[in-house]
Amino acid sequence: MKFSENWLRTFVNPDYSGEELAHALTMAGLEVESYEPVAASFEKVVVAEVLKVEKHPEADRLNVCQVNVAKHAEEPLQIVCGAPNVRPGIKVPCAMIGAQLPGMTIKKAKLRGVSSSGMLCSERELGISESADGLLILPDDATAGQDFREYYALNDKVFTLKLTPNRADCLGVYGVAREISAITGTALKQMQIEAVPAEIQDKLEMHISVPEACPLYCGRIVRDVNLAVETPLWMKQRLERSGLRSINAVVDITNYVLLETGQPMHAFDLAKLDGAITVRYANADEKIKLLNDSEISLTPDMLLIADDRKPLALAGIMGGLDSGVALSSKDIFLECAFFAPDVIAGKSFTLGFSSDSAHRFERGVDFSATGSIMEYATRLILSVCGGKAGPVVEAKKQLPQRQPVVVRTERVRRVLGVFLTVEQISEFFERLQFVFTEIDGVFSVTPPSYRFDLAIEEDFIEELARIYGYDSIPAQQPKIESVMLPEREDLLTPAALKHMLVLRDYQEVVNYAFVDQSWENDLLQNKTPIVLKNPIASHMGVMRSSLIGGLMANLQFNLNRRQDRVRLFEMGGCFENDASGNYRQIDRLAGLGYGFAHPEQWGESSRLIDFFDVKSDIEMLFQAREIEFKTGVHPAFHPGKSARIMVEQNAAGWLGELHPHWQKKFDLPKPVILFELTLGALLPRSLPYAHEISKYPPVRRDIAVIVDNEINVQTLLAALQENKPEMVTEIALFDMYRGKSVDENKKSLAFKIMLQDVEKTLTDEDVDKTIVQLLDVLEQKFGAILRA
Amino acid sequence: MRDLDEIVEEAEKLFNAIENADELEQAKARYLGKSGELTELLKGLGKLPAEKRPEAGSRINQTKNRLEVLLKDRRSSLQEKKLGEKLKEESLDVTLPGRGYGKGGLHPVTQTLIRIEALFRSIGYEVASGPEIENDFFNFTALNIPENHPARAMHDTFYVENGDLLRTHTSPVQIHFMLENKPPFKLIAPGRVYRCDSDVTHTPMFHQVEGLWIDEQANFAALKGILANFMENFFEREDLQVRFRPSFFPFTEPSAEMDISCVKCNGKGCRICGHTGWLEVLGCGMVHPNVLKHVNIDSEHYTGFAFGLGVERLAMLRYGVGDLRLFFENDLRFLRQFN
Repeated sequence: MKFSENWLRTFVNPDYSGEELAHALTMAGLEVESYEPVAASFEKVVVAEVLKVEKHPEADRLNVCQVNVAKHAEEPLQIVCGAPNVRPGIKVPCAMIGAQLPGMTIKKAKLRGVSSSGMLCSERELGISESADGLLILPDDATAGQDFREYYALNDKVFTLKLTPNRADCLGVYGVAREISAITGTALKQMQIEAVPAEIQDKLEMHISVPEACPLYCGRIVRDVNLAVETPLWMKQRLERSGLRSINAVVDITNYVLLETGQPMHAFDLAKLDGAITVRYANADEKIKLLNDSEISLTPDMLLIADDRKPLALAGIMGGLDSGVALSSKDIFLECAFFAPDVIAGKSFTLGFSSDSAHRFERGVDFSATGSIMEYATRLILSVCGGKAGPVVEAKKQLPQRQPVVVRTERVRRVLGVFLTVEQISEFFERLQFVFTEIDGVFSVTPPSYRFDLAIEEDFIEELARIYGYDSIPAQQPKIESVMLPEREDLLTPAALKHMLVLRDYQEVVNYAFVDQSWENDLLQNKTPIVLKNPIASHMGVMRSSLIGGLMANLQFNLNRRQDRVRLFEMGGCFENDASGNYRQIDRLAGLGYGFAHPEQWGESSRLIDFFDVKSDIEMLFQAREIEFKTGVHPAFHPGKSARIMVEQNAAGWLGELHPHWQKKFDLPKPVILFELTLGALLPRSLPYAHEISKYPPVRRDIAVIVDNEINVQTLLAALQENKPEMVTEIALFDMYRGKSVDENKKSLAFKIMLQDVEKTLTDEDVDKTIVQLLDVLEQKFGAILRA
Repeated sequence: MRDLDEIVEEAEKLFNAIENADELEQAKARYLGKSGELTELLKGLGKLPAEKRPEAGSRINQTKNRLEVLLKDRRSSLQEKKLGEKLKEESLDVTLPGRGYGKGGLHPVTQTLIRIEALFRSIGYEVASGPEIENDFFNFTALNIPENHPARAMHDTFYVENGDLLRTHTSPVQIHFMLENKPPFKLIAPGRVYRCDSDVTHTPMFHQVEGLWIDEQANFAALKGILANFMENFFEREDLQVRFRPSFFPFTEPSAEMDISCVKCNGKGCRICGHTGWLEVLGCGMVHPNVLKHVNIDSEHYTGFAFGLGVERLAMLRYGVGDLRLFFENDLRFLRQFN
């Protein structure tokens, strides 16, 4: 909502400067986005009448003009002008010698040898608009010599309000004035509206087939209207300062009324109408071409204004192109109606355009003013365009009800936390012009017809708070019970996991949750990703089922920026379509390692990161919990270098090297190690429980065995753990060897065995017996041979 | 026979001139070895008359002891010297960089979230979460945003195939939590939210933190107190000015927009605050009775307040980030600045 300050002040004129007013509006919830002058701050610009125009002898594009500035000069001034639209007889703004315009000072000058004493101006040069086609040609009523600022009412500023959708009542200058009257306690000047008596008896029949959608419709014929007349300058200026261009006198007037009162109106060309006016819903096969030139296929939820043959307008949203008034129109049919907000709401949004009318009707228009605004608009039309008005035909059914709402002083105090007195509350309601009664601090308040946002007690509490001032309500620290929050020790927090990865040299990233469909389809072999109906871009069309795609994109992005070692992780939601068509969100933690295992440094030789580097990071994340790595095939990973990670028999994620095929496709010179884990699997943690530490000395024995290559170490270790006597405190692999002195399809594994008893010092005999026992397990289960 | 003192004097000179442990032992042999000078003198004692023997013997032995002491001193000084040389050889350039791992870092949005959570936990707010794909009921209807309400158009919602949507705010977590728990409660709900909007100041995904307090004593004055206290602590600025302006959210009534004095220019007016001196930082209000009705909480008995703040916005102000989009580009050169 954008409007001239001078216009506003015709209705309410508090003793506030413009800045103070802007602040008061903002603090009352009508945020002032900008408050700016309508023109630059120049002076010494006067109205000049061009008397004579002659070609400049030395320059084709310049003219030498003689202009009359009346009292400002004894003789006509000679001014050289380059504007194409200069001609004798017009009146234009003229900057006199000494005038300061934006970016220039006017001096007496010689242009190609001809002296020039001033400058004839365009709107751009005066800072009134951004661009201009030529000189600003003024209406005939301008008088030569008059101060231009005064004549053009330039001592004015424009407020731009950013209104919240509940405040439809402020979508008109008068409504804003009413609000300012309440905020500042200054009297509001009521609009003076007198009915226009019918001069002719012509009228159109009206049928309202859907009174719940259109409870009130006023129509009136005005004949012999002259649309070719110039819209009065003051009206044009107010329209322009609200951001509307002048179209023709009648449209300008309906727009003006809309801006002033918030009531949208429409003018039809009577000659284009056939028969009666009907307000009805559209039929499925109907079409209409709207004023914005768009042709739309109507649907049965769209309300129409129609005549006996065709749709004329999309009710409350936009008129039809064919039935609208044009310069040639002579007789018009004026519409001023109330459409139910529910019926209009969302329609223009669905159609993909907005209109001033829809914007207001969907938020709610004052239904008590419809008739008088019709009179107001008629009077304006008659005074500007002439014509003869017919009677107003009004079709009225059940208008919205305004039920009184109970507002309890006690409740007001409780919700706001401030002690408002009954007198204060009464005063605020009066300032807001709300009708109310009060008994023992309990108010019964009736919302006015122009407010669509006041239905319950809290709505009125907000009104009271606004008028009292949000800033006047004290900020208080509530006293709260000192009950501690639970602090679970058996669950890690996601933040703790992130910190662990940070210490392991991973940088956290955050990616969008929507990704390129090809990542899902190809990289992850997910043929049924969740598809967005309205993606913001085609490469962000589906929801990710994995974090890996995003990490790969981050890798590429950073490699392109000359990073050669990249280690990333992300934690976030992934989304899957399950078999029954339901969506599942699974939070995951994924990481990527690329380049050297360690930062390039003097004391360590460089080596590329590999599977086992990252495996140790994963083991660290799971801490003391037992996890299993099983060979498995993941579509994005190298088939021989990928593992499915199991925690307590449940799949918890993947670790692997990017498939060479993808490595090539992404054009990466080095391998990429990736992991992805289910967050839920990472969080549990068992509460530590201390065991007795043995006083007796530990014994270490190493054994080396030769087994088949295919036997994996994890299975072997698990078998040892399962079958070990209690005195074995640790079994760990410390060497693996393949090559010379070991058969081709075999490998040598060396284990460290730690033994200790809590009750005695172990004898060699005890130890030997145990080692034999362990070797038996290896021999029997895995065919292991003790290495000599 | 040479004068014994002369021998000592000579030996001392000799020992001190020696720089090597082996040579020192050879020099020792010259005096104390099997045919060393003093050993010979002791051997020659038998030739002396018996009455002179004890005195001569004792003198020789004293000399021997003196030589032993000299030797010991020289030995240890040689050892020390040798150790000194060894240590010198071993000394490091302590200014060389340390070996091994590098260190990564947390994303600035995470750092901001951790900070927000810590501040609210310190006054007893628990952390809740909810799904990012929501249905219409939780995202809109239960929050008093009926179909066709103009507020829905402000939300630029992403829809998925089955008619569900990507949550446009973290407010639906309120609804889940209130349906599953009995009041009173205090919670915050941090998370990712989505809006179909992308330009210099909007990204289609961003983070919010929702806050909710439902209690018998929650009121607007407390809302102001808690949020002002939060901002002061978040920015670590006791002099931070705050103001509350009426606003509109369908799920709160009264509703407010909270501004803080610009943290860059202290309210004087600068580019960051659009020369107003104020920064809009969050929306808040008293929970609308219709919302409480949807979750079966008696609004006569309980009142509550809710707020929603933009995490990126706070991170930008706190860490001087000029462009929102940088958070999601994941350029390591940008991210490492926060490590």
